[in-house]
Amino acid sequence: MDIIMCGVGGQGTVLASRAIGDAAIRDGWQVRTSEIIGMAQREGSVVSQVRIHRQPVGPLIPDGSASVLLGFELAEAVRHIEKADPDASIIINTQTIVPPSVYLGVSQYNIETLRSYVQEYCRAPVFIDALEIARQAGSIKAVSAVMLGAFAAANQEIKTDLIMEELLNKLPVKLHDLNKQAFRLGKEYVEG
Amino acid sequence: MSKVLMLGNEAIAWGAIAAGVNVVSAYPGTPSTEVFTTLAEHASEYGYYAEWCVNEKVALELAYGAAISGARSLVSMKQVGLNVAADPLLSGTYLGVKGGLVLVVADDPGPHSSQTEQDTRHFAAFAKVPVLDPSDPQEAMAMTMQAFDISEKYHLPVIIRPTTRVCHAGQDVDMPLVSPVSIQAHFEKDDWVIFPPVSYRKHGELLKTLDELGQCFCDSEFNYIVGENPDRDYNEGIICSGVSYQYVAEAIKRLDLDLPLMKIGTPYPFPDNIVLDFVKNKQHILVVEEQDAVVEDHLLRLLGINGLAVCVSGKLDHCVSGVGELNVNAVEEAICRWQGREPVTSVTASKPELPVRTPILSAGCPHRASFYAIRKAAGKKSDIVFTGDIGCYTLGMMPPLSAVDTCLCMGAAITQAQGIGRAEPGRKSIAVLGDSTFYHSGLPGVVNAVYNQYPLTLVVLDNSTTAMTGFQPHPGTGITAMGEAVEALNIESVLEGFGVRWYKTVDPGDLDLAVQTVREALAYDGVSVVIMKSPCVNLPSVNKERKPIRIIAEQCKECGLCVTEIGCPALVGEKGKLPLVMDTCVGCGLCKAVCPFDAIEGGNA
Repeated sequence: MDIIMCGVGGQGTVLASRAIGDAAIRDGWQVRTSEIIGMAQREGSVVSQVRIHRQPVGPLIPDGSASVLLGFELAEAVRHIEKADPDASIIINTQTIVPPSVYLGVSQYNIETLRSYVQEYCRAPVFIDALEIARQAGSIKAVSAVMLGAFAAANQEIKTDLIMEELLNKLPVKLHDLNKQAFRLGKEYVEG
Repeated sequence: MSKVLMLGNEAIAWGAIAAGVNVVSAYPGTPSTEVFTTLAEHASEYGYYAEWCVNEKVALELAYGAAISGARSLVSMKQVGLNVAADPLLSGTYLGVKGGLVLVVADDPGPHSSQTEQDTRHFAAFAKVPVLDPSDPQEAMAMTMQAFDISEKYHLPVIIRPTTRVCHAGQDVDMPLVSPVSIQAHFEKDDWVIFPPVSYRKHGELLKTLDELGQCFCDSEFNYIVGENPDRDYNEGIICSGVSYQYVAEAIKRLDLDLPLMKIGTPYPFPDNIVLDFVKNKQHILVVEEQDAVVEDHLLRLLGINGLAVCVSGKLDHCVSGVGELNVNAVEEAICRWQGREPVTSVTASKPELPVRTPILSAGCPHRASFYAIRKAAGKKSDIVFTGDIGCYTLGMMPPLSAVDTCLCMGAAITQAQGIGRAEPGRKSIAVLGDSTFYHSGLPGVVNAVYNQYPLTLVVLDNSTTAMTGFQPHPGTGITAMGEAVEALNIESVLEGFGVRWYKTVDPGDLDLAVQTVREALAYDGVSVVIMKSPCVNLPSVNKERKPIRIIAEQCKECGLCVTEIGCPALVGEKGKLPLVMDTCVGCGLCKAVCPFDAIEGGNA
């Protein structure tokens, strides 16, 4: 299983990819991840790749191979959508983070066009308002917990409990209840 | 042995700990930084010494000093850091080492976060230093452990050259056995003075050693062949180096090809004999490697020396791209091109226009206020050149701040301004660099400017950390890599000692004062320095209690200036609409100073 996670620097894609990777190792899989760390983390476009296999593979997902796409932000999901198989589980946070380039008039952010492109590209995208769900859980900073919960619902390979445990292992204890709640709400949303 | 998800950089660090490293030094730089941060974190526990040095030259000299005393030493840096450390490396390989000396030099094809795509394998060959090229984190760990043994056996420094997709790739790695060490080194007065007749002798010895090591590398576990059926004759074969091995292995599988693949983990000195054995009965060889044609070059020389007629494809015939990173798709295309087959191209519908999302200065970043003050002091119509430097603040080049006209390498803001002033007398420059860069390589430029009488204005953006690479301490911070509190240097005292007669420190949050101070500095005939002092908003130690600003709707004339003048990501909107304040607002209040209608209230200031 190849998982592509895309978003904006600061949204927690690195945290989410590490949680999935650690959970997969505990579940007996071979894991490869790839992150972009450095300048892009300053609110730039970021992408994390997690590859979970029985045989060794390289760090980068070939085009069209990802069976899960977790888009933490709409435009960023579209930016990397060709990594995903059209039959993939495509879960996209409807949150939009509009970069200053749009206000300065050098580029566009057209929500409707981007959404309909996603619908054209793949069979059954799931749009989730992860920011609002995180807010309900107690903090807008729990977006990555919501997305991990959504991922847990969409995948069969890795046990849900392990993903949640590995997420919590990376967070201070005082944030555990909030993130558990956010994870649960994200999972429930996808399960319907 | 337990499996742990580790980045390549972490795997290298644990490899060094397992090898019993004694002294570790570094200057941060993407993608190398986590090698040292991991080592620094565990230094006290395992009994070795770790130091963030002011620059890579200092770091290598320190590690070299420890190594000639018999200690196992490691120094890490990014590829352009090796340019700074070139001097001690080239002499050090002549003189050799006693304790193992390993340099971790991380390359950044792409580049993702660097000035150049330079290839450290080439640099190593030029410097006559052995280099190991890992293909994944597990191998990077194994290479690090072995590099110390190679270094001690052959008395040479050894370079490990991971690339971004090894450094920042995670893998389920076997945690090695590690135990605490104690330093048992003793400096013997011996053959440690580089001097012309010594150099001649040492150079001869070095060439002999490298020949021997090239032979030894023929038996290295890091060089191997996969997919070669001994009962078959092959006309074709692929040779690759580093992370490219992963892409080629996957591409061969996806294309369902029966092709032997040779992986080279020791590109210099080249393992001639095993490569000759692999190619001698084949007609066509494809070489797949990132950055320069290092393996390809060497293979071509080898074929010439041995009079073998084998066609070699790779970068030199443009079969493989000479720029950027490789990936599975790019390798598949290259293989098809090489074999003259229909390329596999994925068909994707044309995408709608996407917003341009470049990295930007954070909301509340003090550099935004500093750049705004500098521009304001310079005046809208001024032709002042803003010479910039390497750090987060390189992002000051982006509109609307547009306050960085040049960026070359660490420390060049100060010295480039001097050259511009000589070439075009009367043209004023404002040189801008950060605090960590000031200590890294800004100091000689300041001395040069003072002594040679430049009318130069320098602005030091002092945010009390090395921010871009993740908040490493430097001599101005008062803390060491191992967490010890020490007396911090202060930039004012350094400038005073260098003979700078005009310098002032100002908080860029006080915009009016900051503008006025830069104006005064510009009016001074000589070297003038403004230190814009305000800590990075992302520093963990900075108070995170946020008091976001509020727009007073009744007073706002919807002119849009607060958005278009400063480009803060926490303030969005356009002319004719009330601006929206995002959750990321920290209340720095720069927008309040920009608003002509006093329509913004709140914030911390």
